[in-house]
Amino acid sequence: MIAADRPDRRSAKLVTIDRNGRMRHLSRAERAFLFSPGDLVIANDAATLPASLRGTHCASGEPIEVRLAAWVTVRDPTRFVAIAFGAGDHRTRTEDRPLPPPLLPADRLSLGPLAAVIERLLDHPRLFRLRFLDNSAFILKGLARHGRPIQYANVPELLALSDVWTRIAADPIALEPPSAGFALDWRTLAAWRQRGIGLATLTHAAGLSSTGDRTLDLRLPFDEPYDIPERTVAAIKQTKSKGGRIVAIGTTVVRAIESAASADGSVLAGHGVARERIARATRLRIVEAILTGVHEPGESHFELLRAFANDTMLDQTYEALLKLGYRTHEFGDSMLIERQCARQKGKCE
Amino acid sequence: MSPDTRLKELRVTVTGGTSGLGLALVRLLADQGARVAFVARTAQAVELTASDTGAYGIIGDVGRKDDIYPIALQIIGNLGGLDVLINNASNLGPISLAPLADTECEELEQALAVNLLGPFRLTKALFGALAASARDGRGALVINISSDAAINPYSGWGAYGASKAALRHLTAIWAEEGKIDGVRFLSIDPGDMDTPLHALAIPDADPMTLRRPEDSAAEIVEVMLAALPNRAARLVQGYS
Repeated sequence: MIAADRPDRRSAKLVTIDRNGRMRHLSRAERAFLFSPGDLVIANDAATLPASLRGTHCASGEPIEVRLAAWVTVRDPTRFVAIAFGAGDHRTRTEDRPLPPPLLPADRLSLGPLAAVIERLLDHPRLFRLRFLDNSAFILKGLARHGRPIQYANVPELLALSDVWTRIAADPIALEPPSAGFALDWRTLAAWRQRGIGLATLTHAAGLSSTGDRTLDLRLPFDEPYDIPERTVAAIKQTKSKGGRIVAIGTTVVRAIESAASADGSVLAGHGVARERIARATRLRIVEAILTGVHEPGESHFELLRAFANDTMLDQTYEALLKLGYRTHEFGDSMLIERQCARQKGKCE
Repeated sequence: MSPDTRLKELRVTVTGGTSGLGLALVRLLADQGARVAFVARTAQAVELTASDTGAYGIIGDVGRKDDIYPIALQIIGNLGGLDVLINNASNLGPISLAPLADTECEELEQALAVNLLGPFRLTKALFGALAASARDGRGALVINISSDAAINPYSGWGAYGASKAALRHLTAIWAEEGKIDGVRFLSIDPGDMDTPLHALAIPDADPMTLRRPEDSAAEIVEVMLAALPNRAARLVQGYS
């Protein structure tokens, strides 16, 4: 067989929600007419590592699933912050997954072709720092051949790496996909540029989005490293100076840009680490609209939207989209939310 | 050989990198200071070429769909991105060469899988990385190795010729479509070379009438450099 069935992303729906809460549903062809000339779209071009590894906890002989949750040093694949589950797989909700066998520092893990050791525990029975006992090229090969994309019970079919790379994926530092980017294809990007809409990228290492453990989930997202190119900073400055809007494709872009932004509205280029949670109280300095998946209230992605719009509007929107059959989660449908007037700096016309 | 400053820090991937033209390209590029990854099917040959050249060896079959993303991940992970992709791996179709009426469907399918779908899939998986390289001003280029059999209807070369003709047209269309993202595409016919593939096709060919793959590789590298932004000048200006 030359071709096989793949998830159909082309049928994904998109709704826009303007600053007054008005909804407009767009067909795929209408996406080309989103935004206005002079606006700047910023996307995350991180590619996603297959960060779930199955194997054995050597001391107990018990099965274990390790999920790489955050980098210790970005692009150095020898060390990660990781979480572990015991027996079972992604088809069981993470909340219901058994704990891994008791873990101790210096315990060895056999993860397919890769050998790893627990460097230290991070004050939770599931959370630890892991070190692979091989060189970078061998680790990449092991991840490529044995690792699987991190996935959750809402998508029971096994995902392939091709399912979690966006079209623009370029730099393999994300541990879960920057999934808002699934809404982009090259045709749409070309149409936007032809209409005078700018396109810029940054690279943000999206990390683990859910652990299934309430106390651990409160610590998410973990610190996430990012790189913002000089040309992206220059494009933001130019767009702002001409009155264009900055549109973030996904929560990771908001997190990186706002983390690099100063009070005077300038953005620092280069490497940084996003440590803050963006939520209701966050004052957004740069981003004026966000294209994102349809997330459920309570998820960290949804909580971030509270920086863009008030609770009433978000809750009403969520209810309305569910009734209209919009699909939640990373392979679902998308929404574009404009920042509300009251949350913008300066006046609202 | 002394390193060529124009190749310094250039990130290049060659498929089919353990024999013939591919091996000559890997050797030349690695010798001259490029960062090179190569792909081939046989673990032993990959290890040998990797230790011989210092290039990153990736075990995989571009004719197998499931291998493509694991290959792409290792390419961009090891090289830190990608500037040039050379789709060189080729399948001859039936061995020995056969008229189309004697060619098994599976033989044609395999030639298409390696010579057409493989380059399509790998290029598509890496297009994001190539476009990122173009945005960075480094340039981005895909070279698809073609053949005069892509143009001339040689008897017995049906599976190979049809797949290479399709690849040539795919390249021409992608060259148009890639312009807006700054990704260039070239078809290059390296000529009839003294390679294992050629020996499979025409076992009794006189080697004296065939080109050395090293000569074809040197020409391809020149064409490649001409298609990229002037790297020597940029290096002098502090670009890396």
